[in-house]
Amino acid sequence: MPRLTIDGKEIEVPAGANLIEAARRLGIEIPHYCYHPGLSIAGQCRLCMVELEKNPRPQIACNMVAMDGMVVHTQTPKVLETRKSIMEFHLINHPLDCPVCDQAGECWLQIYYMKHGLYDSRFVEEKVHKPKAVPLGPHVILDAERCILCSRCTRFCDEITKTGELGIFNRGDHSEVGLFPGKVLDNRYSGNVVDICPVGALTDRDFRFQVRVWYLDTQKSVCPGCSRGCNIEIHSNVRRPHHAQGRRVARLKPRYNPHVNDWWICDAGRYGFGSIDQGRITFPQLREGGLLREVTWREALALLIDRLRAYGPDEIGLLASPEMTNEELFLIRRLAETLGVKNLDFQVPPREPGDEDDFLLRADKNPNTRGAEAIGLWPADRGLDAWEMLEALRREQLKCLWVFHHDVTRCGWPEGAVLEALQAAQCLIYTGSNVNGMTERAHLVLPAATYAEKEGTFTNFEGRVQRIRKALPPLGDSRADWEILGECLEALNAGPKPNRPEEVFRALAHAVPAFAGLTYRDLGEYGLMLREVAHGASR
Amino acid sequence: MAELLLMRRFEIPDSHTLRVYRETGGYQGLAKAFGMTPVAILDAVKRSNLRGLGGAGFPTAVKWGFLPKDSPKPRYLVVNADEGEPGTFKDRYLLERDPHALIEGMTIAAYAIGSHLSFVYIRGEYIKPFRIFSAAVHEAYEAGLLGKGILGSGFDLEVIIHRGAGAYICGEETGLISSLEGKKGWPKLKPPFPAVRGAFDCPTIVNNVETLCHLPHIITLGGQWFAALGTKTQGGTRMYSVSGHVVRPGVYELPVTATLRELIENHAGGMPRGRRLKAVVPGGSSAQILTADEIDVTMDVDGLRDAGTMAGSAGVIVMDESTCIPEALWVLARFYAHESCGQCTPCRESTGWVEKILARILSGKGRPEDPDNLLDIARRGAGTTICAFYDGAVNPYLSYVEKFRSEFDYHIHHGECDVQPGRVVTGLGTR
Repeated sequence: MPRLTIDGKEIEVPAGANLIEAARRLGIEIPHYCYHPGLSIAGQCRLCMVELEKNPRPQIACNMVAMDGMVVHTQTPKVLETRKSIMEFHLINHPLDCPVCDQAGECWLQIYYMKHGLYDSRFVEEKVHKPKAVPLGPHVILDAERCILCSRCTRFCDEITKTGELGIFNRGDHSEVGLFPGKVLDNRYSGNVVDICPVGALTDRDFRFQVRVWYLDTQKSVCPGCSRGCNIEIHSNVRRPHHAQGRRVARLKPRYNPHVNDWWICDAGRYGFGSIDQGRITFPQLREGGLLREVTWREALALLIDRLRAYGPDEIGLLASPEMTNEELFLIRRLAETLGVKNLDFQVPPREPGDEDDFLLRADKNPNTRGAEAIGLWPADRGLDAWEMLEALRREQLKCLWVFHHDVTRCGWPEGAVLEALQAAQCLIYTGSNVNGMTERAHLVLPAATYAEKEGTFTNFEGRVQRIRKALPPLGDSRADWEILGECLEALNAGPKPNRPEEVFRALAHAVPAFAGLTYRDLGEYGLMLREVAHGASR
Repeated sequence: MAELLLMRRFEIPDSHTLRVYRETGGYQGLAKAFGMTPVAILDAVKRSNLRGLGGAGFPTAVKWGFLPKDSPKPRYLVVNADEGEPGTFKDRYLLERDPHALIEGMTIAAYAIGSHLSFVYIRGEYIKPFRIFSAAVHEAYEAGLLGKGILGSGFDLEVIIHRGAGAYICGEETGLISSLEGKKGWPKLKPPFPAVRGAFDCPTIVNNVETLCHLPHIITLGGQWFAALGTKTQGGTRMYSVSGHVVRPGVYELPVTATLRELIENHAGGMPRGRRLKAVVPGGSSAQILTADEIDVTMDVDGLRDAGTMAGSAGVIVMDESTCIPEALWVLARFYAHESCGQCTPCRESTGWVEKILARILSGKGRPEDPDNLLDIARRGAGTTICAFYDGAVNPYLSYVEKFRSEFDYHIHHGECDVQPGRVVTGLGTR
């Protein structure tokens, strides 16, 4: 471990760390554009210059590996003057169109100009003109005049996706990023180039012109799009809803987690947030005479409890979902135990096999299959599994089925058989977030909050337990599953309803050995592995 | 004039053929080299004080010495025949008139550094040199002077000739390597240096054509003999390409101890039509300009460095009193703006900026602050880039403005040229 001195402070850093990373550990920010820890070193922007003792010329910190005894200065007059010069060079041909640029507010040209530039403009020539508003693919649009040619996007396509769609063409100040002939930026991870673009050159076609970034609130969460559990930030706009036609979730951004997704997410996950604001079930509904009628939660819950009490345990089935949090699944297990229901399952086959690759995408499109398995949402001894429950419904042996989230009318099972079974149900209860084939058939519909509207944890396919957080209030009258289940359990005299998911998690960690020892606090930024995984095969 | 080494065959008919080359002592250096150990060759080159003649003037033996001793990878010799420095046309003559000297020198170098594959990167516009050199390589293969077991020595060398596509930056050794690898000709970050990780990530030595052409006679006549032709720090002769306002432009081979005045007045015949000398660029366009009273300097690497300029590629551009210095600088600035690879920000942006300021001055719209801005822009970008290209552009930016400031000021204040009043410069603003 080399030990070096930066601005008079000593630090030991891992072998191979460059000076930008070494300084970061000391809380010293060395400004840079082309350097990105997930990509190769390009050394093009020349902004990260530092002075090294015994070296007459300033050096770029990105390409300088920290060595034992190195003495680095990041704040000398020479360094500060060089930064200012480099900022001026970056900006002379930039259109300075911040008022109409989506990057404004999170643009590193703006940030670094204010921190390291602050010179008076003296460029009076005609700027170089380049292509503007060029769609590169389904998600990304290019303004080549705003581009500072840092090559992060081209390196991403070369090194991360290895799809090589982008290149830098022409020479000198006529250089511009663009697509190779015949290529379209449509790889499964194309949206990441927008995140790593430090300026407004690459913007997101979906997010573009929707809302100014300074109106956004951010919350840490986990992508529910597949069992990878990529860490994300939910960027929501509740302060200026008129800016985006009421769309509350403005965008999702990847959040760094070295154990799961590094800096990246797939496009399917990134753009998969439409269901949070569209097609939602916003109030409890009761089917009367074939039509759904809006009811209050009080009525809905009373009816729910009445139904659960009306049938014997063998006549009730509970179909949980791997879209639910560990906490909610644990409450379903407790509900099954309270009612003595043995017909319990969580898995329904998908209509089509999920898209998978050797990078992030997993075929299992559920965020918490591993959690459901660990908590044990299986049929209790000689209870029925999901398919058997449907068959039992059809034979009228099962009378009441409570389905969470699954649209079993559109899954991998034969549609006719499923519809016949649902038709035969005396009482079909559906808890879900969006209108679908189930809401057309259920007798009682309970609106559930989405993952963006609640707290909890998911367990990814490797067994990593990670927290999701509430970015938005539940839409309309919808409620988190844990709240609905908590009310239900309280009404069934199975203990007081929990105030927070953390309480449920504590009980879960106590009751389920796989979760033993885990707490919300310890899960931290990056999550923790299930005990059985963390301790090998000792289960 | 001292004995010609590099140019001694230039006037012989069919000097490009193997027959003539052999009749005039060709391939004797190689035969002798095969009787020596690679270490002995390195030692001879070290004693010769041979310095790279492509532009940087780096001692050749020192460069070879940077090769790692323990790498399991193959080593490559790359011949830099991408002669592109404005004012320089010496390698072209060597390729056309004495191609076997390059093959012989290249083979000696390959043997000395332990390389069995040599890439010759020839400037794309050099079609005739490419054809002649290719034919010579073919002849050499046929005669067992390339390929397996050269001259019965057991030493193998294959040659791949690669043509450039016209970018100046591909003459920069790491830009050349990128281009050779099939990539855009962008210079690479150093470290690692090519000797450690060069072409295709293998240890690589890049040498200029003229440098390698010196090896046969260094081997034949000895390093000390070669060193004695020059100064304490640079041995031998070199070829000076003289262009511009002289009576006899062309290539001249002189010992590096010769002065710039000797070259211009004695060899190139001085100014035509009795005009007076105004300025000289002694080492290709990237060298600092010298005024008429600064030419009593020897043209070795250190001599010109001490005179505040550089020997560079020994491209000597002579300007007489009819020359408008701001226009001359604009011509160069347009070149650098056009040829900047665009990789690093300071070079990409300021080469274009400088060109535009100069074009504006020439079009009569100069501002009083322009000369100081030019100097400031050049100084701010100097030393901040990946390769030497931008520093090579800064040398003329600074020296032309500093030494001929009054001409810039005249343009700015009068809106026209004091050298050629009323002259209209065309092509401003086009690139």
